[in-house]
This record gives sequence, C-alpha cells and structure tokens, in this order.
Amino acid sequence: MKPQSCVNIKKEWDIVGARQLGREIAKKIGFGIVDQARIATAISELARNIYLYAEQGQICFDVIDTMEHKGICVTANDSGPGISDIGQVMQDGYTTSGGLGAGLPGVKRLMDEFDLKSVENKGTQIKTTKWVR
Amino acid sequence: MDQQFKRIAIEHSDAIVQRWLEEINSLKEGNYTASISDELFESTNREFVNVIFTSIKNQGSTAAVEEFSEKIINLGWPLSYITDGLQVFRRETVDYILSQSDKVDSDFISNVLKSVDLWVEPLIRQLVNEYSGSWEHILSLQRVALQELSAPLIPVMDKITIMPLVGTIDTERAKLIMENLLEGAIKHNSEVVLMDITGVPVVDTMVAHHIIQAAEAVRLIGSTCILVGIRPEIAQTIVNLGIDLGKFPTKSSLRKGFKTALEITNRKVIDLKSQEEDAENLMGSLDGE
Repeated sequence: MKPQSCVNIKKEWDIVGARQLGREIAKKIGFGIVDQARIATAISELARNIYLYAEQGQICFDVIDTMEHKGICVTANDSGPGISDIGQVMQDGYTTSGGLGAGLPGVKRLMDEFDLKSVENKGTQIKTTKWVR
Repeated sequence: MDQQFKRIAIEHSDAIVQRWLEEINSLKEGNYTASISDELFESTNREFVNVIFTSIKNQGSTAAVEEFSEKIINLGWPLSYITDGLQVFRRETVDYILSQSDKVDSDFISNVLKSVDLWVEPLIRQLVNEYSGSWEHILSLQRVALQELSAPLIPVMDKITIMPLVGTIDTERAKLIMENLLEGAIKHNSEVVLMDITGVPVVDTMVAHHIIQAAEAVRLIGSTCILVGIRPEIAQTIVNLGIDLGKFPTKSSLRKGFKTALEITNRKVIDLKSQEEDAENLMGSLDGE
C-alpha cells in the first residue's frame, strides 16, 4: 500500500478539491470513465456529509496494489456528532437535512466495499474501496 | 541611538547595497525567480533597494513604495521576493552596523536590532498589504465574473429556452440556477426549458436534488423542464445512487431535447430543399441547432 494522500474538508469548495484528486488517482490506477465517475460521485457524497454534518474532516486516498488486487480505498474521517442509528442512515430516502437521502446507501452501491464506524459525539469513519476489474 | 545607526546605514549605503545585491542574486539560483531574465532582475533589485533607502531617509513618503509594489504585482513576481528582499536587507544592515562599531555588548545589539526592525517593518506591512489587496481585488472581480457566467439563460426561439450548465454546481450556484430559470421562463414566456448538464462533471445527490427542485418549480409555473446532456457514466451513477429522475423528461443530448421541445410546442424541423414553401416560418434559427 502506498502512502496515503488526504484532503481536508472545511469549505464547500474542498469537496471539489477532494473529488478532483480522487478522480486523478483513480485515472492513474487504471479505472474506466464510468468507474471514475462512480468514485468521484462517492467522494462527493462522503465529503458533503462531512461538510454538512461534521463541519470539518478529512478524505484520504490509498492506492491498493497487490498481486491479486488493484484498487482505490477512500476513507472519510470526521470528529462530528456521529450517527446514532446506522441502520436508519443506510435506508434509501432517510435524511435529516432535507436532501434526497440517497447519499450513504448510494455510496455503498457505487463502491465495492463499504465499512461504517461511528461513535456518537465522537465521530465517524467511513472506509470504502473500489477494485479495478 | 536610532539616528546614529541611520547615519551609518545611509553613509555606507553603497556597501550595504552591494552585499544585499550579492545575497539576493544567490537566492535567485534554483528559486521561484529563476525564470526571470538577469537584466530585469538586476534593475528591479536596484529599484527595490532604492525604495528601501528612500523610505528609511524620510519615513513619510509612501508614493515610491506604492509604485514599486504595483510594478512587482504587474510583473507577476511572488510575494516572497518582497519579504525575502526585506529580510536580507535587515540581516545585512544589522551585520554591517555591528561590524562598524567598536564596542559591542548585548544592549547595543538589541538596540541595533530594534532600530533596523523599526525601519523595515512599515515597509513590509505596506508592501504586503498592497500586494494582498491587489490579489483580493482580482479575486472579487473574478467571483463576480464567474457568477455572471454561472447560470446563463438563452431564449433560442419562441417558447423554447436553454440553460447550459458548465462546471461544478455548489449551493450558491444552485440557488442562482433556480432563480434564473424561473425568472427567465416567465420573462421569455417559455413553454419548454432545456437544462443542459453536459458540462457538469459530477452529479451527486445534492446536485440531483437541486435539479429535481428546479424542474418541479418550472412545472409549477406551467412550463416543462427537460434535462438534457446526460452522459452514459452520469446515467449509471444516478442509477447507482438510486435517484428518481422520473418526474420530468430527460434526454441524452441537447439535439434530442430540442426536438422534443419542438414537438411539445407543435413544431418540427423541415428540410428546405424538399419543401421550400413550408419552411418559411421555420428558418435559419433551427439550422444552427
């Protein structure tokens, strides 16, 4: 695993920075256009969640390059309010911000692996991976 | 004390300038200013050091400083050129004054440092302020320019209006899009509004949400909103995200959307060669499409 690169999310425009970096990395690894768009969209959702709910956090990218696998791992970290009911946020259409409520379940469908850890009032970590096919 | 140091500095300005120029030139190697021609660099350095000395001699005049900072900004040189230059000047002058004095104790050194700092500080402040002020000005102008470009509405023909969107959509822009769309649809009396997202790099739930809201609002004022320019990869991510865009018509390209818009307004494109007489009312403007 190569050393990770991170983008701090504090302003709305940092979301754009994060997804541009993510798309660039994905392109370098060898993802096709559709998967690049999927990864960029997933990053956009994760970064927007940080911006909306935790106010600040980090999006980190890891390139995974082993004998069997090649892929990108996107990790979203924040020390925001956390998620009290993870089952609920993974349901389509559940939202607390008046949005579409498709963000997190959408990310899960856009990516191949999805892991959500959250402690209330401590923060949230979402780790998600996409493999090159 | 201060006057005495000032006298030393001014009397030996040639020596200080010489050392300053050498130091600055050595900084140039492999550095941000490396691409600047030697001649220009030399002359600007001379001007810089003149500005510094004029400002020390009569600490009231700011015109020369302003003029100089303007020149640096116009040349596009980095701010660090100014701060480095003044740092080097401070160091060299302190060194020089100390080397010219017989008895040097810690009090004396601190006095020298204080005096030189007092000369340099207002200069740093003014130059940095001018410089950053100029950037802020440019930034605010660009912001306005960008805002003007962000949600354009084009009444291509009677009852049909197009809004081409290029680039990232954030909350502020989404608001503008909604306002312009509704205002324009009413003003131009549009029956169909085509929203073209060919140039939007990523459609996430937030962008989709804003598009849905805008389309719904357009429907409320009695027009139809057609979303066009959905690239294949965007179509796939929208499906993956599970976003329902089924409430309004969508098309892959502006061309197809425009055709549908013509159908909705009971018109169609006719080839001029085959039916010349029918074509009179549907001329030129359609060919462009």
